[in-house]
Amino acid sequence: MSEILNDETKKVLVEPLVDNNPITLQVLGICSALAVTSQMSTSLIMALALTLVTAFSSAAISAIRNHIPSSIRIIVQMIIIASLVIVVDQVLKAFAYEVSKQLSVFVGLIITNCIVMGRAEGYAMKNPPLESFMDGIGNGLGYSLILIVVAFFRELFGSGKLLGIEIIKLSKDGGWYDPNGLMLLPPSAFFIIGLIIWGVRQWKPKQVEKADFKIMSIAHGEGGHH
Amino acid sequence: MPNEKKKCEHYEKFKIYRDKILALGNDSLEKTIAIALSLCLVCAIFVSFAAVALKPLQIHNKELDMKKNILDVAGLLEEGKDIDTEFAEKIEAKLVNLETGDYVEGMDVAQYDQRKAAKDPAQSIAIPKDKDIAHIRVKAKVAKVFLVKEGGVIKSIILPVHGYGLWSTLYGFLSLEADGQTVQSINFYDQAETPGLGGEVVNPNWRALWKGKKVYAETEQPSLEKGLIAEAEIGEPAISLIKGVVDNSKPGSQYQVDGLAGATLTSTGVTNLVRYWMSKEGFAPYIAKVRAGGKS
Repeated sequence: MSEILNDETKKVLVEPLVDNNPITLQVLGICSALAVTSQMSTSLIMALALTLVTAFSSAAISAIRNHIPSSIRIIVQMIIIASLVIVVDQVLKAFAYEVSKQLSVFVGLIITNCIVMGRAEGYAMKNPPLESFMDGIGNGLGYSLILIVVAFFRELFGSGKLLGIEIIKLSKDGGWYDPNGLMLLPPSAFFIIGLIIWGVRQWKPKQVEKADFKIMSIAHGEGGHH
Repeated sequence: MPNEKKKCEHYEKFKIYRDKILALGNDSLEKTIAIALSLCLVCAIFVSFAAVALKPLQIHNKELDMKKNILDVAGLLEEGKDIDTEFAEKIEAKLVNLETGDYVEGMDVAQYDQRKAAKDPAQSIAIPKDKDIAHIRVKAKVAKVFLVKEGGVIKSIILPVHGYGLWSTLYGFLSLEADGQTVQSINFYDQAETPGLGGEVVNPNWRALWKGKKVYAETEQPSLEKGLIAEAEIGEPAISLIKGVVDNSKPGSQYQVDGLAGATLTSTGVTNLVRYWMSKEGFAPYIAKVRAGGKS
């Protein structure tokens, strides 16, 4: 195991979890993170699908990277990603029909997910297949982590359930909890992701971007005139 | 073995050609075209193989889902029982000519797909705009209904209904008792309304409110002070979703179902689609024949 996981593969596998998370640091793949996180089960399947697509597309693109003509580079990447996504969609329809019905168009939209394209263009085009595969898995897991955390809060506070199992009894069924309807709507994921980004950057101040410009204080500004 | 040798020769030729192409500069026209073509070929084979290999499973899933929904709306869905055998034993599919209300003979019931037929100009008719309250534009001439029978007597009539809500067309089944007037249940198997608001059309608690409601206005005018849409003539479909909670002590409450909180447009859509399919445009002629003779 330690032979396969040399320093580079370990780095690309672990780093995207927190230090270089595709959602919280790179702020990619937000669209689907808003759409599918109202339930844990859909989030888990979506996370799995995206991780697999990212890993295998990165590996495939990396394998032929030395022969990809640069003029049709993006098209080649898109064809490989799109083929994988179609296959994932077909597999879900065959083996997880209920979930595929709930995910509807969002599986197809993995094609346009910035994380997949971003890793293909940013990593797989320059690195060997095994590392690219691991990089795909790592970034997929980073995405999954955020997706699952967001879905945890949205499902728990939006419908009092986790993975469809009742945790908090709702007031309409005789319990005490009045569900927060906002949690079921996509904007709530914005707030949760925002809070997560804030939390991570408090924990790891290195991730805070440098401000593009500085606002001068009035006293300082006036001082400049005198 | 001349054949094998020939194959080998072809392969050798292919190998030489392949190496030539791969040795070309990445940006040369020949290589760009060759890479594009071969990549498309490989991906196409990969995708079509997956699609063809998984097709039977997918079709089976779809049918199973449909059968499950029909059993569910008929109140016959039991945990742990095999859906296929339950369906085959208890449910009888029939084709109905919507205009006359008669059963259609000589067509393959199992193969008939009403949703496909609605898209085929030869098997469908356009709905005049003023009558199209469900906003579906076209309807199939022949509808596929399902009957539950006990000892040859109809127990429930399950009718396919669909219409536009807020974002999506809702497809579902409405199950009526043999009188063609009392609702047993309703469910929607295909919809994309807002989850948590309009999407609550699939909520079992809300669906349970439909049980025992009446479809057609009887003698008295239903009280529609809180109704979302116009009142109905006697004999016309009067059932509607209202804003808020139905007061069961009031006259006319038998035609009213609680609206979905926060989803006025979906509620109006559901009212319209049920009213449309129960009207003379929809299943009214068929219901009349069932009441008259019960012949099947």
